[in-house]
Amino acid sequence: MSAVPAVAATADHAAVATQGIAISGVTHEYRPPRGRPVLALDDISLDVPEREFIALLGPSGCGKSTLLYLVGGFMPLQQGSIVVGGRPIRAPGPDRGIVFQNFALFPWKTVRQNVLYGLEKRGIPRDERLHRAQHFIDLVHLTGFEDSYPSQLSGGMKQRVAIARTLATEPDTLLMDEPFGALDAQTRTIMQDELLSIWRRSPTTVVFVTHDVREAVLLASRVAVMTARPGRLKEIVDTDFGEADSAEVQRSREYADKVDYIWSLVREEAIKAGAGGHL
Amino acid sequence: MTAGLLLSRAMPLVILALAWEAAARSGMVSEYALPSLSSIAASFVKLAGSDLYYHTARSIWRGLLAFVVAVPLGIASGILIAWFLPVRILLKPVLQCLYPMPKSALIPLTIIWLGIGDASKISLIFLGTLVPIVMSAFNGARGVDQTLLWTARSLGATEREVLWEVVVPAALPEIMNGIRTALALCFILMVSAELIIANDGIGYLINLLGEAGDYAGMFAGVITISAIGFAADRACVALTRWLLAWRE
Repeated sequence: MSAVPAVAATADHAAVATQGIAISGVTHEYRPPRGRPVLALDDISLDVPEREFIALLGPSGCGKSTLLYLVGGFMPLQQGSIVVGGRPIRAPGPDRGIVFQNFALFPWKTVRQNVLYGLEKRGIPRDERLHRAQHFIDLVHLTGFEDSYPSQLSGGMKQRVAIARTLATEPDTLLMDEPFGALDAQTRTIMQDELLSIWRRSPTTVVFVTHDVREAVLLASRVAVMTARPGRLKEIVDTDFGEADSAEVQRSREYADKVDYIWSLVREEAIKAGAGGHL
Repeated sequence: MTAGLLLSRAMPLVILALAWEAAARSGMVSEYALPSLSSIAASFVKLAGSDLYYHTARSIWRGLLAFVVAVPLGIASGILIAWFLPVRILLKPVLQCLYPMPKSALIPLTIIWLGIGDASKISLIFLGTLVPIVMSAFNGARGVDQTLLWTARSLGATEREVLWEVVVPAALPEIMNGIRTALALCFILMVSAELIIANDGIGYLINLLGEAGDYAGMFAGVITISAIGFAADRACVALTRWLLAWRE
């Protein structure tokens, strides 16, 4: 697999990064209609090589989702630059698929229609569209629920639909905004395993936003820890466990050490953010 | 609906009708104030044989015409006000002024402008039903979850597609609420306008019968238009259920 080591910004690395994501000098301020502007991101620079699974970790309000939305092109970039696959970001596009915590399914569309939506937009012929949609519905184990509406599904199933919908358009980059945050513990564990196995079979660049240290360490090859508001990069920690089975990884000494270490980094930030230890 | 459920729903109405009949027949209340249901039924049959149908049809035609124009126009303008800033700057203040205005206060004005015929009635009903539909479409379109818009864009939808394929369906539950409110207002304004001054219509007929002292006939008119209003509301609810079947 693509065990890209965490490299400092060297000349060689910059060349690799043009195929992945190159974030440099990104500063972002929220300007509420009333009240003072809030600095959400302060001079963030981060290179994510192609096919790397990176987690953005930090306390609530640290701007990790903001950074993800900027990479997605959903909000205008105020300062700095973001280059994905060699192209500067201007708007959302199907090269960067997104999965939100609240699933963001079209509630008036069935599972199949949701998954088909992006394929229709790409102008894929009807037969291939249906074939591909079915493939991704099967991949996320929703065979038999093709004609159900989101309101008839559980939270875990809804998130599977959202993942299938995003994967179906085969984006080069997968942006995930606390995708398992709204799920119960058991469902979350199952979804983490499935995401990891999908990613191992066909690795794409993944930017995974979470506030869950264990989840970040388990899934990502690198974890970028952010400071509390304003969001800055505190440290990037290598958390690659190779192809090992996730249950095995979670029992290992290395995993426990990484979790402890990252937890010590974020605890301080979480307290600063006033979360009282809750990440 | 099972026969049992239907019966249990109708039961309160049956009891009310029986109490009404008993009160009227026993002489507890004057027959002018509350004619017995049986005499109202007799009047209904008599009226149905003469001009009840004509007046009702005239009213329905007015209401329907105004409503049929107000629905698409209201939906379109509400969504455009929500979606396009220049349209919002231009039309939102107008909407805010029109919203709390009692549209029935315009009845004398519409008569001065447009006469006592159809034009004044139709334009009044049109305006009265338009406002809640615009409001609901506006609120529905403004309330669309941002992540739905972002998702559609990231899947490759153009802004026009986002509007048609996301904003409109996402606003639909709210729009259907507005349409139901508008439907009730449609009947209120229709009858009010006809009661004040008209040459025909169910409101005119009710007024005419009242002035002639035919109270049973008046009640028959009121019950007729109420029943039509009830049927229209149920039809609206059924349509909403069908359109929004995905809500479960």
